[in-house]
Amino acid sequence: MELFAQGIIKAFELLITFDAEVLGITWLSLKISGTATLMSLFIGVSIGTTVALNDFIGKRVVISIINTGMGLPPVVVGLFVTMMIWRSGPFGFLEILYTPYAMIIAQAIIATPIVMGISLAAIQNLPPNLRLQVLSLGASRLQMVWVLVKESRLPLLAAVMAGFGGVISEVGASIMVGGNIKGYSRVLTTATVMETGKGNFDIAIALSIILLLLAFLINFMLTQIQQRQRPR
Amino acid sequence: MKKEPPILTVQNMVVKRGRATVLEIDNLEVTQGRALALIGPNGAGKSTLLLALAGLLPVASGKMMFDARPINDRADIARVRQNAAVVFQEPLLLNDTVYKNVALGLKFRHLSRAQIKASVEEALSQFGISHLASRSAKTLSGGEAKRVSLARSFAIKPKMILLDEAFNSLDPPSREAIMDDLQSILEKTRITAILALHDREETLRLAQDVAVLREGRIVQFGTTAQVFQQPVDECIAEFVGTEAILEGVVQSCNEGLMQIAVNGHIVEAVGCFPVGQKVYCCLRPEQVTVSKATAGQTSARNLYQAVVVKIVRQAFFYKLTLECGFPLSAYITLPSFEELSVAEGTTLEVSFKATAVHVIRREG
Repeated sequence: MELFAQGIIKAFELLITFDAEVLGITWLSLKISGTATLMSLFIGVSIGTTVALNDFIGKRVVISIINTGMGLPPVVVGLFVTMMIWRSGPFGFLEILYTPYAMIIAQAIIATPIVMGISLAAIQNLPPNLRLQVLSLGASRLQMVWVLVKESRLPLLAAVMAGFGGVISEVGASIMVGGNIKGYSRVLTTATVMETGKGNFDIAIALSIILLLLAFLINFMLTQIQQRQRPR
Repeated sequence: MKKEPPILTVQNMVVKRGRATVLEIDNLEVTQGRALALIGPNGAGKSTLLLALAGLLPVASGKMMFDARPINDRADIARVRQNAAVVFQEPLLLNDTVYKNVALGLKFRHLSRAQIKASVEEALSQFGISHLASRSAKTLSGGEAKRVSLARSFAIKPKMILLDEAFNSLDPPSREAIMDDLQSILEKTRITAILALHDREETLRLAQDVAVLREGRIVQFGTTAQVFQQPVDECIAEFVGTEAILEGVVQSCNEGLMQIAVNGHIVEAVGCFPVGQKVYCCLRPEQVTVSKATAGQTSARNLYQAVVVKIVRQAFFYKLTLECGFPLSAYITLPSFEELSVAEGTTLEVSFKATAVHVIRREG
């Protein structure tokens, strides 16, 4: 118990004193996971909506693949991205291995199927004739898609929360492609793993609490928006 | 009177779902400013036809003209969608205010804020829902939601409005009130309307023309009076509410008056079919008169003794089921019911004119 108490005290200490390293790590975590979530939102909603609104051969297989992707193991993504951007890999020329960019790519790959799967389900859950109703009022295809996406904003916010929650808390891929370089690619999860490995439980607990607080604050904000939009 | 030009014409239109043909329309003309009802049993293709006419379903083959211009490509379909609005059975409102829902179609047209406001306010007032403008659409009652969905379609001032069983799932008072409003708006605006309906009363009230659909084909087209009074077969007769459809055989035909044997009795009807021709005699209940005894003093060619088998009270009259060697139905007002002291088992005289009997050729 003493270990936990020490950890909590340390966390407050780090927070109250605005520890430069912790603030830097927290800010980088937010930047990387936020950017990855935004990317996944753009790609996931576009593909999810396209799949939901079109009938084609093999649609069920595609949906199954997307749903499987929602549980993509981060280490597998880490391995895949590492190999792709490895010096001799197909995108080695980009020279982004062990950089925040590589972490954003890996995290976006993890979050995209989550956002895609939820937005696909959200669009499919709209009344079947709504699409025709909007078109019959003179909407272009783009206008129709925009109306449907707007109409699915509640589940889409849930998709953002799920996507962000998935990437801010993942560690496997971030360590593999980011390298946990101090002051450059070290984020809350990778720092927590490192401090635990070194036996610095107090700092590890402190970082975990900050991570939890961060995840809570972001989700709290999104929940506020979501619930304000809910029909009463 | 000058005949209005057609706003929509269809020739040899085929709609497929997968490989199956679900709609085959040889010819259909919708006259500008009139209301056409599409009626028929469930699965007849009414909704499919409606969606195809609105440019919302791909057509496999055939020719269509809208507003005197052919529909050939995507641009033409977009033109139809810009000028025709569909009202579905469900209100399909967005999770937004009533005002924004009604403004939806206008926003697609990139109108100015002032133009949108004027059109929305006009449409809201037309349907008596101005007071709901700032309400969330998701909090409305069924009747209010239906009014909003109608206002949304009328707000864009379409040349043609298509309603797909729009009054289903409404409680009777709301349905009555909305139909009243719609009827007067259609009369006032002269917007062409195509309505998929399955209710006779709605058809009689709202439509001037009727197309009867069965298995994806139009089996009868005409004015409402023509279709209701002269159905071309027994299925349509049944559908349009002809209560008595009697099987008979033509016995004689003189000077346009046929004698038809029905269950051992003779029914006289106008028309001339060959002797021995099997026919259906169709009779609507409002054309049957009941009385105590006329001593044969009536101009009606058909006069029988009948026993009252069943009495059903309707809103403002009674419906009598009668047996006079063949089954018949008749409507009788409340005062007449009292005066004749009608009860189940009472014997009455029933009569109907030869001109009231609509005779349809029967196969086999």
